[in-house]
Amino acid sequence: MSEGADPGRGSRILADLKGSGGGQRSVWIALASTLVFAGILIALVVTSPGWPAVKEAFFNRKIFFDSLPEIARAFKVNIQIFLIAEVFILVFALFIAILRGLPGPVFFPIRALAVVYTDLFRGVPTILVIYILGFGAPALQLSGVPVSSLFWGIVALVLVYSAYVAEVYRAGIESVHTSQEAAARSLGLSRVKTLRFVIVPQAVRRVIPPLLNDFIGLTKDTALVALIGPVEAFRQSQIDVAATFNYTPYVCTALLFILLTIPLARLTDWLIARERRQQLAGGAR
Amino acid sequence: MSENGRALRLEEIRKSFGENQVLKGVDLDVGEHEVFCLIGASGSGKSTLLRCVNLLEQVDAGRILLHGEEITRRDVDVNRVRRGIGIVFQSYNLFPHMSVLANVTLAPRKVLHKQKAEAFAEAVALLERFGLADKRDEYPDRLSGGQQQRVAIVRALAMHPELMLLDEVTSALDPELVAEVLNVIRELAEGGMTMLIATHEMSFARDIANQVCFLDQGRILEQGPPEQIFVEPREQRTRQFLERIVEAGRL
Repeated sequence: MSEGADPGRGSRILADLKGSGGGQRSVWIALASTLVFAGILIALVVTSPGWPAVKEAFFNRKIFFDSLPEIARAFKVNIQIFLIAEVFILVFALFIAILRGLPGPVFFPIRALAVVYTDLFRGVPTILVIYILGFGAPALQLSGVPVSSLFWGIVALVLVYSAYVAEVYRAGIESVHTSQEAAARSLGLSRVKTLRFVIVPQAVRRVIPPLLNDFIGLTKDTALVALIGPVEAFRQSQIDVAATFNYTPYVCTALLFILLTIPLARLTDWLIARERRQQLAGGAR
Repeated sequence: MSENGRALRLEEIRKSFGENQVLKGVDLDVGEHEVFCLIGASGSGKSTLLRCVNLLEQVDAGRILLHGEEITRRDVDVNRVRRGIGIVFQSYNLFPHMSVLANVTLAPRKVLHKQKAEAFAEAVALLERFGLADKRDEYPDRLSGGQQQRVAIVRALAMHPELMLLDEVTSALDPELVAEVLNVIRELAEGGMTMLIATHEMSFARDIANQVCFLDQGRILEQGPPEQIFVEPREQRTRQFLERIVEAGRL
């Protein structure tokens, strides 16, 4: 890849490094400066007076490997919450965003409802929504309404995150120029088909990065569901901490979350790069 | 009232955007297989007129009849009406997230519910006819302006419209790309397509049009065969407009 070539190709980080010019040389400089910086930081921590105690309390190797299997097992619950919630959020938020974009005075109440919804659930702290739904909804004792705290935890996350994601979708929809709508409608496509085949696909492509950003937030907030009962990774690590009087299980849990979010972040970069490549390189035969 | 032989009839069309009166009572008759050119300065209402015919804008007053059917009635199915009218825009407006082939086959498949194979075969035949066969898998970004505009014309033709509206389709093009698009339009005219064309290409209008109409500040000032409008215009303003065009070297 030559200098100044399409930055969408290849690694984004390397492209950024090369951005300042200098190619190979700037990569080495970046590497060296990173090593020096990290070295200073580590030295600072390791030589601090409290380090031996902190090391024992947070980075105990034996406790780490003892607690890892159970925490990893519990982490599957987080992944489960995340995956289920994500599917519903993607669909529900798009629905809200479309409702908010309905034209004409007839649909004013529906638009207003969508606005109230997004305002409400972006305004209330996630943890409160989880508490209120998790303890309130089952207490109604309505027949047919699930009492599982896991269920209501997922519902709370879906409600909160849909409000954010709906706004992301809306921004994407509004960024598609009205001439696209005119072109589609002029071909005889109905309003719904225009949204489905022309507007939404373009809007979604544009908002994939902020969308995945919200989902990285969601993976972390799955831990909040622990507060109403389900034993997921965070709750499991609390149990382990209580049993060993050592904080290492927390570090273990943190590591698992990072292992989940980093691939998501790289996936975002990859999707953006692929999208750009496809449009620039022409037909995918 | 008889509308025999009339593809399109506009009666007393009025349209305002806020305070701005864009069309102030326009009457117009386009016959079957006729090529009708609208000329006039920017802002004279040409584009708005075309958008009204395609129901992209709602008229404030007046009637539009397509083959005798009043399409400006409130209860008319706009999607059905638009199927019979193709429009091509100045800025192409291709769908950037779709290949050329997908752009052309979208409406036949999703509106006319044609089978994929049938829609593809038709689209490929049309693309071949206009020299675009090798571009079928490209995305619009990769095409020149002239190619994009030809794809836009093919996309409209894929719906087999009875009437084509062309809204200054060469205005956004580099001068050397104008001819390829005009040739396509000429071919359509020779094939008997009824067309209403807003254009700044006066020599093209003189060549191709059966009727030319000079639109000035939302009114039709003068209308007639191209020989009359371009050679001996009756109205002072038409003369002035054409003189300015000649000075700009476009006629």
